[in-house]
Amino acid sequence: MTFLSTIKAAALSAAMIVSVALPAAHADEQYFPLQSYRVGPYAAGGTGFFGGFIDYLNLINIRDGGVNGVKLTWDECETQYEVERGVECYERQKSHAGAAAWNPLSVGIAYAMIDRITADKVPLITVNHGRTDSTDGRVFPYVFPLLLNPYSETSGIVNYIASKEGGIDKLKGKKIVVLYHGSPYGKETIPIYELLAQKYGFTVQQIEVPHPGNEQQSQWLTIRRAKPDFVVLRGWGVMNPVALKTAVKVGYPVDHIVGNVWSNSEEDVIPAGDAAKGYTAITTQASGNSYPVVQEIVKTVYGAGKGNLEDKSRIGSVYHNLGIVNGILNVEAIRVAQEKFGHRTLTGDEVRWGFEHLKLDPAKVEALGAKDLFHSINVSWDNHEGEGYVTFQQWDGKKWNVVSDWIAPDWALLRPIIEKSAEAYAAEKGIKLRTADDANAVTTN
Amino acid sequence: MTAITSDFSSAPVLPKWIVPVLLLAFAYGVVPLIGSSYLFEAILLPFLALSLAGVGLNILTGYAGQVSLGSAAFMAAGAFAAYNFNLRVEGLPLIGSIFLAGIVAAAIGIVFGLPSLRLKGFYLAVSTLAAQFFVQWALTKFSWFSNDSASGVIDAPKLSISGFAFDGAVGRYLFALTIVSILTFLAYRLVSSQTGRNFIAIRDNETAARIIGIPVLKTKLLAFAISSFIIGVAGVIWAFAYLRTVEPAGFDLDRSFQILFIIIIGGLASIRGAFFGAALIVVFPLGLSRLGGFLLGDVFDSGVLDMSQRIVLGALIILFLILEPDGLAALWDRVRRRLLFAWQST
Repeated sequence: MTFLSTIKAAALSAAMIVSVALPAAHADEQYFPLQSYRVGPYAAGGTGFFGGFIDYLNLINIRDGGVNGVKLTWDECETQYEVERGVECYERQKSHAGAAAWNPLSVGIAYAMIDRITADKVPLITVNHGRTDSTDGRVFPYVFPLLLNPYSETSGIVNYIASKEGGIDKLKGKKIVVLYHGSPYGKETIPIYELLAQKYGFTVQQIEVPHPGNEQQSQWLTIRRAKPDFVVLRGWGVMNPVALKTAVKVGYPVDHIVGNVWSNSEEDVIPAGDAAKGYTAITTQASGNSYPVVQEIVKTVYGAGKGNLEDKSRIGSVYHNLGIVNGILNVEAIRVAQEKFGHRTLTGDEVRWGFEHLKLDPAKVEALGAKDLFHSINVSWDNHEGEGYVTFQQWDGKKWNVVSDWIAPDWALLRPIIEKSAEAYAAEKGIKLRTADDANAVTTN
Repeated sequence: MTAITSDFSSAPVLPKWIVPVLLLAFAYGVVPLIGSSYLFEAILLPFLALSLAGVGLNILTGYAGQVSLGSAAFMAAGAFAAYNFNLRVEGLPLIGSIFLAGIVAAAIGIVFGLPSLRLKGFYLAVSTLAAQFFVQWALTKFSWFSNDSASGVIDAPKLSISGFAFDGAVGRYLFALTIVSILTFLAYRLVSSQTGRNFIAIRDNETAARIIGIPVLKTKLLAFAISSFIIGVAGVIWAFAYLRTVEPAGFDLDRSFQILFIIIIGGLASIRGAFFGAALIVVFPLGLSRLGGFLLGDVFDSGVLDMSQRIVLGALIILFLILEPDGLAALWDRVRRRLLFAWQST
């Protein structure tokens, strides 16, 4: 064989391999662009959450061979929790075909993406956080603050305090202090606490802790003077362990401090040491690794050496389990959409339809191996939060223990406030309110 | 501080306007046709905004010799002022909001420039930190600035000037490009005018400047005002054209440092140095990250990859500065002179 013919033959066979391999590789894949953060100040949350998410996607691929045969793929783009990096990642990853949904786990990045994902028609999932008013699907067709938005979280916390006091009518005359992080995130719930205080007759005092929250002596002295019945900790990062330690220093009982959803992880209490013993925090997903789905991940994914967490003791931690629950919600939305549109790679708009019909009742949650990991979800085209229940967990010095039933926030009370805010946004942006018919019209390519 | 870079006198030099005009023709005529959305959204828009901020800071630091760490604060002031003018003043065209935002930033710049009358060098730099902390604190503290939005994050308005909407990535790119070109041109005219020479005189020797009759205090404050005006408009571009959301936390001290690094790496007292510096700071990490992801993506997770990119970038910056402490603009001049020389001797 001459040199030239060797090359010719090689080129021909290469062309054949490519022509055979390419369509097969791209035919049935659903892609998750992950704007993750594994370095920077919030790396602890990022590694746990994205680790859990990837672990669940891996579980579906290894155990089931994908969702109805459609393999799940993903890649990671490091954002360091910075908005401009998140935007760059968005532009980089969106060119990939078959994107299912975006999950940045960052309020700032989510805000910067709303216009973009709405134009590109791919859902944006902000589980447990995000813009409260994006719950209103009439105005935000592609944004999903699944399970819990900041207002529901507030309502859930107040309901929990009421249950500790023996009923919602017992709140009258009580005093609650909210210690919040001095940032947009921390301030988001100020008006809703005022509103609930008026409605239920308790007094509320809201005290700001300047970012990052290393120094809280004066705030806690104020709290000691005020003698509140409960302190709500709306913290973030280093602020949380410092709050717990300072509370002990000034003699405020830790079991009367209730943490919000970003003050509820192991990373928040372990640095506080013994000071955190007895501290309670809200959560949408219980921690621990006893749930069947977590066990399967340990067996199937970590067993195959494909686990994402380097430190295996973090399996079943708050952020890891949140990642797993987020994985369940995303995968089930795809499953719902596949039943309608076919077992194939879906468009972003079809996945949006899937999220808008995502109904997991407790029986279904149990079938998924997640009984007691989270309660249920019931998303509709105009309610993008999905009426998720919350629960409360108490830190015993080693692990979190669930100490309440699943509690429902006061959705009826919150809905008009959310609608008003969303309508104001729609007016500002010139957005026409969507109807049920609009929600059923789906772009298929 | 360095002297202004000047062209090599004996080399045959093309008319000065040729290169910028060719670049502009390319930027307006060719780039919109061939660019991808990634190019505009992730590279060109931040590049334009940061270049303009670099031009602004270079007037203050490079030309007038006043070190400032408050650039991000002036960007924030510009962005929030433009948002509020646009929101609250009925019938004010967008370009009017942007101009007034620049004026607001300039006013804040003058206020925080007052210490420069007494303080110099590092002491002044530290006093400009006050601007950095104060503006960010005020924007977070008073929700009026963000139209009482619960989280303090705001959406940018639609970009339209006299009925013509700059929609989409290309539209916003052209919008930003136009503003940056105009302001850069004005900045260029300024630094080659008598005022620019006054700046340099004060930078090089304040006492001598005073003796030859330059009004030192007035000139310093003027430098603060003009610089803040330009940086404020850069903030508007950053918020309205690039990210399309405004959030005080996005304008933190890191951003101020970033702009300072841009002019140091690009070349102090050089208009085009700001563009070189911004290109290095914006484009280079992205190139590295894509290259790193392409070559090593399967070996490392994204965190390790990102860390290694930072190390490489840091090493490269050190290397650049050792090779040419006067920045990329000076490096570029040298390269160009050598090329011209080589071309002449053939």
